[in-house]
Amino acid sequence: MAKRKIRVMVAKPGLDGHDRGARVLARCFRDAGFEVIYTGCHQTPAMIAASAIQEDVDLVGLSCLSGAHRYLFPQVVSLLKEKGADDITVIGGGIIPQQDFQKLYDAGIKAIFVPGTTLDTIVNWVNSNVKPVERK
Amino acid sequence: MYFAKEVLSQSSELRKKWEDEVRRVVSKVPDQKPRWSTVSDLEIRRLYGPDDIKDMDFVRDIGYPGQFPYLRGNQATGYRGRFWTFRMFSGMGSAAETNKRWHMLLKEGQTGLSTAFDFPTLMGYDTDSPKARGECGKCGVAIDTLEDFMQLVDGIPMDEITTSMTINPPATVLWAMYCAAAQIKGIPLTKIGGTIQNDMLKEFIAQKTLMCPPEPSVRLVSDTVEFGTKYVPRWNTISISGYHIREAGSTAVQELAFTLRDGMEYVEDVINRKGLNVDEFAPRLSFFFNSHVDFFEEICKMRAARRIWAKVMRDRYKAKDQRSWWMRFHTQTAGCSLTAQQPYNNVVRTATQALAAVLGGTQSLHTNSLDEVMCLPSDHAVQIALRTQQIIAEETGAANTIDPLAGSYFVEALTNEMEEQTWDYINKIDEMGGMVAAIEKGFPQLEIADAAYKFQRQIDSCEKIMVGVNKYVTEEEIPIPLLEIDDKVEEDQIARLSAVRRKRDNKAVKKSLDDIKNACKKGENVMPSCIEAVKNLASVQEICDVYREIYGEYRDPGLY
Repeated sequence: MAKRKIRVMVAKPGLDGHDRGARVLARCFRDAGFEVIYTGCHQTPAMIAASAIQEDVDLVGLSCLSGAHRYLFPQVVSLLKEKGADDITVIGGGIIPQQDFQKLYDAGIKAIFVPGTTLDTIVNWVNSNVKPVERK
Repeated sequence: MYFAKEVLSQSSELRKKWEDEVRRVVSKVPDQKPRWSTVSDLEIRRLYGPDDIKDMDFVRDIGYPGQFPYLRGNQATGYRGRFWTFRMFSGMGSAAETNKRWHMLLKEGQTGLSTAFDFPTLMGYDTDSPKARGECGKCGVAIDTLEDFMQLVDGIPMDEITTSMTINPPATVLWAMYCAAAQIKGIPLTKIGGTIQNDMLKEFIAQKTLMCPPEPSVRLVSDTVEFGTKYVPRWNTISISGYHIREAGSTAVQELAFTLRDGMEYVEDVINRKGLNVDEFAPRLSFFFNSHVDFFEEICKMRAARRIWAKVMRDRYKAKDQRSWWMRFHTQTAGCSLTAQQPYNNVVRTATQALAAVLGGTQSLHTNSLDEVMCLPSDHAVQIALRTQQIIAEETGAANTIDPLAGSYFVEALTNEMEEQTWDYINKIDEMGGMVAAIEKGFPQLEIADAAYKFQRQIDSCEKIMVGVNKYVTEEEIPIPLLEIDDKVEEDQIARLSAVRRKRDNKAVKKSLDDIKNACKKGENVMPSCIEAVKNLASVQEICDVYREIYGEYRDPGLY
């Protein structure tokens, strides 16, 4: 059986409309050979968690540039956990001040990428940290 | 431009000599790269000369300031009568905090105000909405009701200072609050001046503060244009914006083309829906551009913008009043050009971008603060940004003479080239049936996505350089103080809002919301009932919920 491709969801939680990074990343993931779902802007954490489970993704990449990441990112992780989907890796990016990193890691965000990161860095991280899960 | 035959033949002779010399030198010292281009990847030649502008007609294409085609500016006197407006975009936390920042800016010599709202306000939600959790006051000021707004404009002379408000889907509501606040202070609507951004088309294309679908969104825009034309004559009811298109990753030409085509869409809607004569409202249309990091490309973009708009208004819409032909615009330096790495470098980037805007002839300018790539700007960072404009105005001599780069072989040739490429886009969008149709097809969105992706790849491969990011990188970063918005702002704002809800006359609120609903259903202008509703302390979301109910809600299709 051929190895399943990594399935990723790029998601924009909250009311923030700065979607340049999210859309560039969605394209880059597609070019890297992943299966990509992009949610578009203005998703609630509950919507993101529900579609991540429904779409059976391996990774959720959250992007937020409004400053609301401190509330929104941990919320997505805990909703996934609540629904027994804590095998889905969650990473984040956007305008995230250094002093917030530890809190986000503690909340279960596996990696944070801020402006200046190359696309290849992110793709390499995904390839070495995310394995397609065979689910029943 | 006309050159005597002898000049052209002398030029071509000298050019051959120069080309020989270039070949000789390049064979020994090769160029650093094979292709040189602007930040938008528009290819630039090594040298420009008479040949590059020989087809220009002085009267038709260049002319004088204050004369068609306004390439050289709208005002005959340039900046000598007054400088551009120093207008710093600001808003953070509560209305009281923002009001404090405004007073500080006015004390420091700012000449106009500009309001940044937080995301719930921008999207038409109240602070206590579940969708607004975590966002209150984070990237602008939180406004729920007129009570907040009165605090925002406390002590501001509304008949002297013009105020710009970056607000789009709920533009009718926030403008109604401004009008109501003026009336409460005893200032007639004919005396207030300012701008609401109120450009919904670019929201679908780029900025993504969304509420209703494109067609009814444009209808609300036309309501404000009509109301302003009749009752608030000093107000700019739309600021047709390229800024956000550029920040979303477009090229300079795309910014120019999509913005101007958006403007044309509004002109057509107001003429068709409201039956106004073009000259009744066109003089109050204003524009808003980005000043990005590629110095000459930006200057040429602004010059081309004036010339194209003048042609569009005169030839396509048959406007007769020369004020309808003028393109007046505000400029903001490019947020997306700033870097979190080595943030003090941002002062230099902003200064050159501001200089380009002045050489391009802007009427109003915001300069970004060095920390804006990380957070809302601190007092100190804002002061440096404002001083940057004041140094350009008072010290550099850039404002001494009008359009000082006119006649440069390069500047005129690049201006022409950008204009031609803009017309190609405008024609293409016309063929699609206009901008609303093009947006529904995803055309401008995907053109921008292509450009943004290409640029990111060019950065990753070091084909384009961002200093401190992919070249001249330092290991040790010097930290700068960051402004943080306390999460307590949200609690306090929710408490304020519920206090307003308790004390107001809820029957009056319901009646005025019904009036708005009826106006929407009958296709009447919503502005009079909006002003009534905000005076009765209806909230931003309560009014926007009416729009959502009647016109439907629009969801971002997530194109990439």
